[in-house]
Amino acid sequence: MTVSSLTEKGFDALSLPFGEREIDGVYIGDLLSFVMGNCCADNIWITIMSNINVIAVASLTDVSCVLLAEGVTLDNEVLKEAKNKGINVLATKMTAYETAVYLSELLK
Amino acid sequence: MSEELLFRFEVDGDDFTSAGQASVQIKKNLRQLGIPSDTIRRVSIAMYEGEINMVIHAKGGVAIVKVNEEYIEIVLEDKGPGIKDVELAMQEGFSTAPDGIRSLGFGAGMGLPNMKRYTDSMEIETVVGEGTTITMRVNL
Repeated sequence: MTVSSLTEKGFDALSLPFGEREIDGVYIGDLLSFVMGNCCADNIWITIMSNINVIAVASLTDVSCVLLAEGVTLDNEVLKEAKNKGINVLATKMTAYETAVYLSELLK
Repeated sequence: MSEELLFRFEVDGDDFTSAGQASVQIKKNLRQLGIPSDTIRRVSIAMYEGEINMVIHAKGGVAIVKVNEEYIEIVLEDKGPGIKDVELAMQEGFSTAPDGIRSLGFGAGMGLPNMKRYTDSMEIETVVGEGTTITMRVNL
């Protein structure tokens, strides 16, 4: 499943420079070192963190997409950085748990 | 690549928003050199953790990355407070980062353990009150 196909499943696209990227697995976490230690390349990373360091971590871990849960959004500066760095960012009002359960169905 | 390549970065100590620039840049440089993506991921994450540590604890420093046919070496030098107890600092979950840092998602006490985990060797030279130099290698 590609990142851009999630926009047809109720997720909002905030930044989608590489929508054709394939998703392989899901990781949930807000502490950045845990994310860097455990998240795998091509995962979707579900988080409620939205500061600029999230973009650097997304780039370094090579996740397919950052998925902001709980209605979290990005401010303009961070959004600009996401687009500059080629990071896909989606958003949802669902909780991290609800998002993971939904993704689990979609990724079957 | 027959000769050794060197990259040098100043890590700005005041600026959390630019922390990670050196690591993201190195990722690009290594990709251009045709280094395998898993190796790039290990190098850039280890370096990012080191950069963040230098920003949190040492008001910045210098990062030097050496690439040759055998390995990629990352040297992180700072003139910060030094590490009092290296063994303790290496324990997962141990952190001396201030609370404000935690609200940014850092300070989980996983920085040094991640650096060790993602590299093939890591040496810490530290003198309290003078600074710390960390040398990490990832074999090619």
